[in-house]
Amino acid sequence: MTVMSFLGAIGAAQREAMDADERVIIFGEDVEANVYGTTGGGKTRSDKGDFVQMYGRNRIRNTPISEESMVGAAAGAAMTGLRPIVDLSYSSFLYMAMDQFVNQVAKNRYMFGGQASMPVVFRSAMFYGLNTGAHHSDRPYPMFMNVPGLKIIVPSTPTDAKGLLRTAIDSDDPVLTFEACILWGAKEDVPDEEFWIPLGEARTAREGTDVTVVAISSSVPEALAAAEALAASEGVSVEVIDPRTLVPLDRDAILRSVHKTGRLVVAEPAHRTCGAAAEISAHIAEEAFGVLKAPIVRVTAPDMQIPFSPSLEKQMYPTRHTIEAAIRRVLDLPASSEASQHAAATA
Amino acid sequence: MGTLTNETLLEMQRRMLRIRAFDERASKMVKRGHIPGTVHTSIGQEAQVVGATMALRDGDYMSGNHRSHGHPIGKGSPLGPLMAELVGKATGVCKGKGGSLHLADFAVGSLGESGIVGSSIPIAMGAALSASVRGTDQVALAFFGDGAANQGVLYESMNLSGVWKLPVIFLCENNQYALSTPAHTVTSGVIADRAAGFGMPGVRVEEGQDVLAVHDAVSEAVARARAGEGPTLIEVVTYRYNEHSEGLRLGTDYRPADEREAWLKKDPIQLFREHLQGIGIAPAELDALEAEVLAEVDDAVAFTDASPYPEPSVAFDDLYTDTEYAA
Ligand SMILES: Cc1ncc(C[n+]2csc(CCOP(=O)(O)OP(=O)(O)O)c2C)c(N)n1
Ligand SMILES: [Mg+2]
Repeated sequence: MTVMSFLGAIGAAQREAMDADERVIIFGEDVEANVYGTTGGGKTRSDKGDFVQMYGRNRIRNTPISEESMVGAAAGAAMTGLRPIVDLSYSSFLYMAMDQFVNQVAKNRYMFGGQASMPVVFRSAMFYGLNTGAHHSDRPYPMFMNVPGLKIIVPSTPTDAKGLLRTAIDSDDPVLTFEACILWGAKEDVPDEEFWIPLGEARTAREGTDVTVVAISSSVPEALAAAEALAASEGVSVEVIDPRTLVPLDRDAILRSVHKTGRLVVAEPAHRTCGAAAEISAHIAEEAFGVLKAPIVRVTAPDMQIPFSPSLEKQMYPTRHTIEAAIRRVLDLPASSEASQHAAATA
Repeated sequence: MGTLTNETLLEMQRRMLRIRAFDERASKMVKRGHIPGTVHTSIGQEAQVVGATMALRDGDYMSGNHRSHGHPIGKGSPLGPLMAELVGKATGVCKGKGGSLHLADFAVGSLGESGIVGSSIPIAMGAALSASVRGTDQVALAFFGDGAANQGVLYESMNLSGVWKLPVIFLCENNQYALSTPAHTVTSGVIADRAAGFGMPGVRVEEGQDVLAVHDAVSEAVARARAGEGPTLIEVVTYRYNEHSEGLRLGTDYRPADEREAWLKKDPIQLFREHLQGIGIAPAELDALEAEVLAEVDDAVAFTDASPYPEPSVAFDDLYTDTEYAA
């Protein structure tokens, strides 16, 4: 085991994949200088060497700021024998390439009757919660969940970030990975050997019996904190499920947990309408209505743009307090004063 | 490049005839309801298509657009699975999932035709990137129209392939209209001249009805690409004889009445037939070629008619390589 940060784990997965398979290449804006810290051996260019020194300019390529053609080029390269990883930096920039994602990357295999395969990974960071304003704070994964043909991963720990990314790179289908920046600094012990975490397998982040909280991306640590607080104050047993991949989605794991607890809260940092939480809630309402002891509660960002000022922005995403308030609601517990104060702001 | 053998010249004529006969038959089938939806024909543009595709080798790649039957035919695809695809049969080249707008035949390097104008341009560039990284001498060619020449992704792709010196040819089929819109009313300057801004050669082939003129220009670009000298933009001036798409019934009133007449006099197949006779190929041989191609199209239709429609369950596979559709 080695203690790794979230970003370090991503860098390690990329390095292992580059070593293992010559067809893997990385391109994107500013990858040569390792600006985002995932294309180098250490923190700076001089520290342990960066990917350009290790793999050369044939396989590590800076691009112009041309997202549409980068994504299209990756698709064409993937269809003809490479396994590109495209670093799109901020997930807000994916919109620039929407046509390529939706009309080429997602459709080509299907449309051409299986002639194409599309082994390509698109990495992007969700910069929300860092006071970067509306143009850099997006959490757009639900839009892409609405596009059949894409696979979508949302790791919340360094271990998952590494293991899921290796699987994504080895997958013959296009995978989009959404990496929450607030998790970048998170550190934990990560296995030294190579490992792969299958797509479509949820992780039970905490076992419990009274209520299921399905939490996505940066909502996972918040849900865990809410669970600990409630265990201490109310003796409540909260199960936290991290789906880890949204397409494919481990519907069975969520269903099993709800069968056990009879209650469901879903927390995610994306907007409310047509979000992952909406999809998970609808699925449980359709498949497990009979076992529910209380209505399902979603904790999401409101259908509102993201404001800049820290005092305005901090209320926009699920927190341990808003998640705790939701858990109290499904358990019919009195609202704690702190949690309800925070919850009121985002109701 | 005057070293083409008679065999190659006859093959050029054969492929142009195939495109003409295939598209004429497809046009009829749309009007009779045998082909669902619509098709966009390349009738009138055969020299531009074949001059380009025959400048490529077997292992080379290409991507195309909605006017899409000519590209795979020009690259050597058999007609049966193409026709079956237009009708939506199980034996279609895309199993009935693509249709006319999305023909693709990876066996001949056709990486797919795109219904979204301009969208497939970076796909060809990506194939060129792949060839370059893998160190092969393959090249890739993107077909697109004068309308697509006003999509931003073309210029992103020209820039990126220019800095990476990728073996790609951007081939603009300037048939002078984007649906009803005359190119000169929406195009500032000359398309080929735009290449200069990216530091690559821009070639305008005025004689786009002359298959050899197109073949010369594309061959030169292909040679540059194979030699590692990077991309080229080629604009070929041509004309479509039919309406924008079959059965559209918009007519062609947006074009001056005598314009089509003038272009009919420059029919690429007739012109090349005269050229072939001029170099001593017997008219009887050319007649036989035409009859052979018509029979090929009859066979393609017979193959299509004899083929079943796909099972409904087929709609639910091929989305992913390893993940079953989950309702
Ligand atoms: C992005 C996009 N916009 C509009 C259309 C509708 N459309 C289909 S073909 C066409 C004209 C295309 O003209 P051009 O690129 O010159 O090709 P041509 O049909 O002349 O071969 C239009 C407007 C489309 N399919 N995709
Ligand atoms: Mg046109």
